[in-house]
Amino acid sequence: MTPLAKLLEAALFAAPRPIPLTALEALDQESSPAAVAAALDELREHYDVDGHGVELVEQGGGWQILTRAEFAEAIERAQVAVRPHKLSAAALETLAIVAYRQPIGRAEIEEIRGVAVGSVLKSLHERNLIDIVGRSEGIGRPLLYGTTPQFLEQFALRHLEELPRADELAIALRGAGNTAVVPE
Amino acid sequence: MIAPNFRPLEAETSSFVIELSQFTGPLDLLLSLIRDEQLDIYDIPIARIAEQFLARISTLGLDEAADYLEMAARLLRIKAQMLLPRADGEESWEDPRAELVRRLLEYQQMREVVDLLERRGEERRHQFPRRFIPIAADITPLNAPLSLSLGELLAAVDRVLRTTKEPKIHEVVPRALDVAGAMVTVRAVLAMRRHAQWTDLVGRDAEPWQILSVLLALLEMAKMGELRIAQSRAFASVEIRRDAISEAA
Repeated sequence: MTPLAKLLEAALFAAPRPIPLTALEALDQESSPAAVAAALDELREHYDVDGHGVELVEQGGGWQILTRAEFAEAIERAQVAVRPHKLSAAALETLAIVAYRQPIGRAEIEEIRGVAVGSVLKSLHERNLIDIVGRSEGIGRPLLYGTTPQFLEQFALRHLEELPRADELAIALRGAGNTAVVPE
Repeated sequence: MIAPNFRPLEAETSSFVIELSQFTGPLDLLLSLIRDEQLDIYDIPIARIAEQFLARISTLGLDEAADYLEMAARLLRIKAQMLLPRADGEESWEDPRAELVRRLLEYQQMREVVDLLERRGEERRHQFPRRFIPIAADITPLNAPLSLSLGELLAAVDRVLRTTKEPKIHEVVPRALDVAGAMVTVRAVLAMRRHAQWTDLVGRDAEPWQILSVLLALLEMAKMGELRIAQSRAFASVEIRRDAISEAA
């Protein structure tokens, strides 16, 4: 491996969270962004081709070294690491709405889900998956929520744009007010 | 409220908790009814759906059913609106179900995103990052400094002193042994006579440190071969004489 690839490996190993590309590029003043990109490729290939228990992944707004999925069960059985808890269906629904409509207030989420979401929002906030990103100009200036980098990380997303656009989903909505209902 | 054509729910709904955990809300329940009945979402037979919806929520507890009851009311209002006569060729007629359909579609779209997130999240849950355990930043700070007046402090000292006994003070005076001095004495005695008795070396009123010094001096000189210590029988007086060998040497 080149010295730059080794340097990246060391930084990625030491980091508790995904490291953004800009931070990786700042590791070595001498190296160009292109060189860093090449070194990342080199490192990824190193793990893939030589057969390692870990792999290099890009997600959560940066790069991270993760154990390979095939070892998950054994690792868990030996109680070396514990899988994060699964989110409830209600929490996932709320999270999906926040991810697509952010910044979004509570009332709007409740309108879409048809249920009160106060406690769900609280638990998502506690798990650092959503955060308060501002206040609406509306009556009472309600809080607005958005997703966090932790959300990207937990759902293996590089960035928010990786989510399919709304009109790419199987059920595409037409503009508000223009419903698809055909009068009898 | 329950319509005569209501199909009784199977045993799965025997428990309210199970029923509730099955659906995440009224829209979820509504969609599942539409799916079960294979209905066209754009042309929902609202009367039938409303009845089935009511039948389902009747198994729910009242508190938790608030959201469901609101939806039930909405469905019944739409049902009533559908029954109202309308003039032929009325242009401005708007399907009372339109808003519901919009919401259902929006909800369905959100469910699609949920599926996607669930898939991604499940994949990610099988991979572990290196666990980072930050080193505890600092030793927990000591309690805040005491704040008390001089009078309080003195009173406290007084209380402590009154409970403690008068201390007994032993004065220990260190007095080192003088082995070198004793050796000089022994040599001086032996220079005058060939052999000597223990009592010649230690005076009657000798202190313990003097006795010990002489004893150690004798042992040391015997080791060096300067003198010999002999005793004719047990408890007889010890005889000390210059060593003939060292003398010869």
